[in-house]
Amino acid sequence: MKGNRRFHLDIWGLVTLGIVGFYLLFLLYPMTSLLRQSIYDPLTGQFTMENFIRFFSRSYYFDTLLNSFKVSLTATFLSIIIGTPLAYLFAAYKIRGKALLNVLIVISSMSAPFIGAYSWILLLGRSGVITVFFRNLGINLPDIYGFGGIVLVMSLQLFPLVFLYVKGALANIDNSLLEAANNLGCSGVKCFFKVVIPLITPTLLAAGLLVFMRSFADFGTPMLIGEGYRTFPVVLYSEFINEVKGNDGFAAAIAIIAIIITTIVFLVQKYISNKHAFELNALHPMEEKEPKKVRKIFVHSYSYLVVAIGVLPQVYVTYTSFKKTSGKIFIPGYSLSSYETAFSKLGKSIQNTLVIPMLALVVIIIIAVLIAYLVVRRRNTLTNTVDILSMIPYIVPGTVLGIALLTAFNKKPLLLSGTMLIMVIALVIRRLPYTIRSSVAILQQIPMSIEEAARSLGASKFKAFTHVTVPMMAAGIISGAILSWIMMISELSTAVILYTGRTKTLTVAIFTEVLRGNYGVAAALSTILTTLTVISLLLFNKINAGKEISL
Amino acid sequence: MSKILIRNAVKRYGDHTVIPNLNLEIKDGELFTLLGPSGCGKTTLLRMIAGFNSIEGGEIYFNDTRINDMDPSRRNIGMVFQNYAIFPHLTVGDNVAFGLKNRKLEKEKIQVLTKQYLELMQIAEYAARMPNQLSGGQQQRIALARALVISPDVLLMDEPLSNLDAKLRLEMRSVIRHTQKSVGITTVYVTHDQEEAMAISDTIAVMDAGIIQHVGTPKDIYQRPKNLFVANFIGRTNIVPARIEQNTLVFPSGYRIKLEQLKQIEDQEVQCSIRPEEFVISKQGDEGIHGIVKEYSYLGLNTHYAVETQGSRMVEIVEESSLEDELKPGQKVLLQVKKDKINIFNQEGSRNLIRSEARER
Repeated sequence: MKGNRRFHLDIWGLVTLGIVGFYLLFLLYPMTSLLRQSIYDPLTGQFTMENFIRFFSRSYYFDTLLNSFKVSLTATFLSIIIGTPLAYLFAAYKIRGKALLNVLIVISSMSAPFIGAYSWILLLGRSGVITVFFRNLGINLPDIYGFGGIVLVMSLQLFPLVFLYVKGALANIDNSLLEAANNLGCSGVKCFFKVVIPLITPTLLAAGLLVFMRSFADFGTPMLIGEGYRTFPVVLYSEFINEVKGNDGFAAAIAIIAIIITTIVFLVQKYISNKHAFELNALHPMEEKEPKKVRKIFVHSYSYLVVAIGVLPQVYVTYTSFKKTSGKIFIPGYSLSSYETAFSKLGKSIQNTLVIPMLALVVIIIIAVLIAYLVVRRRNTLTNTVDILSMIPYIVPGTVLGIALLTAFNKKPLLLSGTMLIMVIALVIRRLPYTIRSSVAILQQIPMSIEEAARSLGASKFKAFTHVTVPMMAAGIISGAILSWIMMISELSTAVILYTGRTKTLTVAIFTEVLRGNYGVAAALSTILTTLTVISLLLFNKINAGKEISL
Repeated sequence: MSKILIRNAVKRYGDHTVIPNLNLEIKDGELFTLLGPSGCGKTTLLRMIAGFNSIEGGEIYFNDTRINDMDPSRRNIGMVFQNYAIFPHLTVGDNVAFGLKNRKLEKEKIQVLTKQYLELMQIAEYAARMPNQLSGGQQQRIALARALVISPDVLLMDEPLSNLDAKLRLEMRSVIRHTQKSVGITTVYVTHDQEEAMAISDTIAVMDAGIIQHVGTPKDIYQRPKNLFVANFIGRTNIVPARIEQNTLVFPSGYRIKLEQLKQIEDQEVQCSIRPEEFVISKQGDEGIHGIVKEYSYLGLNTHYAVETQGSRMVEIVEESSLEDELKPGQKVLLQVKKDKINIFNQEGSRNLIRSEARER
């Protein structure tokens, strides 16, 4: 039972106010600045809908919205089609090398999406190795650029998310449910569609939302592989970056439209998933069976094929990083020259990739733990507000947040643009919702009576928190923090808006090198990033000792 | 050591009043049990005493100190929680020492006291272990040691045995009883298990809907329950309607019992609470309530019968098993009652007419 739900100005009241202040300054203020910019004419100072009218009246712009929808929906659909059966096969059957496959899937989900895009260009692009190979055989492969390419890259990038989500849900399905289905005459594929799919529908909806949001906000992939096929984030980026004056208001309007759309999608998903919500808890999870004959061949070939295609871009990029280059062109033979260039020219970006996310991580952990505590243990109107505020970044695309922060903090006294601080703040804001969710989940597992025991034994409110609650949360928080860390080092869409020469990160460096055509250096940098990711994942597995990854 | 005085206590959640107006006096050194069905407010009251729930009205005193607004950490209470609330990140010894460290005692003193109470609860050998390696019963002992080591004025226990299996529950019941008596600490114990309450308590307060229904010794609440709720809640009983006519209890079947205790009670419709063991079954005769045996179950020591009486009313009867054959279903019987033991309530069930204070009113 909860105590009285009123706000008290004790130590936790002060913390609440502090956090509200943080969000007001770094989230609401930038967002309102953005909104203001979108509806004010900078010349006359008058209210205007000109920017919005311009967007919706010109198909050049408006089509990008439709394009984004097409791309995101298709990618979401394909990710679910690929990821769900894979997760089911993994849960239902013994598969050789499953542990390794698991790790590979996680790695492919953790890499920056645009690296996949650029690798597929190297493989299937106009002069890609596979394209050239088939052309020499007299077969012309279809064009990778445009819609098909974007969907291909996004689906392969995002199906692991569906896989991880569904895998978690399947672990919660009690075997007796499936046995009951079998007993009632429903088995095999029929059982999968009639029983398993309905049971994991809430999970599929959640995974679908995540995949949709990611693909809708993904800026790097369509930028690299889209060519003429322009999506929303690309036009937003190019309007904002455009040197020609007077486009800021228009970019802001596009950003506002983006937020409105993601909000609608978010609310629709919430509405649907609330209707499908139920709790599952397995006493006896599904047992892995040994597949027989034909089925065995099918199970193995499907699993290996999907995983192989999933990791192919990573592997190929790593391979090219060791190839000899002459200028921008790969030439036969191997060398470490790409790495030499990478370290000599862009060593700073490697350092930034370690320092910026690390700073952000410290802030994130502190704020997330505090917010989780407020939300779980100190429910009142103000902490509910904090809860809602902290979830806003979930629906704000990275590019939009970057633009909003830049708009808000580009003049004195709040001149932060170009500093490392603004990069840190951007990461904190973007990643907080996830860490808060996981911290809340951890805290809900800890019974309130533990803290009350400490209080009854003479510990103050704050001491009970720091000496009892926090140590109990530590393990869960650390593993969550490592996942956040991995997400942050591969973050592109905000960083590409906010970076300057001094604060360039690895992902931005890779991105700019790819745009310049320095594929060798880009490959070397990608490999470094992948190595960092893999090391972090190994650390995660070591700390988490066999527990599943949840995002 | 403290006595606890609760005066006109009120607990509200928003517009919902959980405890309307509650008065209690808990004597120094006694084991006082709050007993009631789930949702009756017993845990709420315990948490008000502990300081984890706010108090919306009235006063709570430990001796002469009003503790309404005192922080839980300053009330000097020991508390044992339903789930024990053992700190999983501290060793058994550190769990027990936790409260002493908060009181900033000297190191040697902490060590001595911790050891003393670990020994009292017979868990000294586990001092260096982590709690998750110990069984439920042992965790319970840690919780007790941790609560007692700080020499609290009051010990509060919130359904401490409900997570244990039946055998351990019996064992820990006597451990708690024994420890409480040897330390001599005022204890408030919350449970919904009446057998546990009967076995362990000096005094029991039966609660329902936020109201204290009856405060008394285990014997008193079983034998002379103050109202129909208590009669029904404590043990098993049959409620049989009847009338009082000139100091005589008259059942619908015509069975009449003259009772001394009814002397000054006016004629009225009443409800009788007759416990299963307060019936006497006979096969023949002309006095008693007519009935037909419907079911029986032989349980060794006792035999249970379900007997249908007038108006299809079923009553439950327990007899000590005898060597003779049991009564078979269909058998017609006559039921008499042990007239000294039964209880008679007014029509509303709010007063026990047999209790002396009822006659005084």
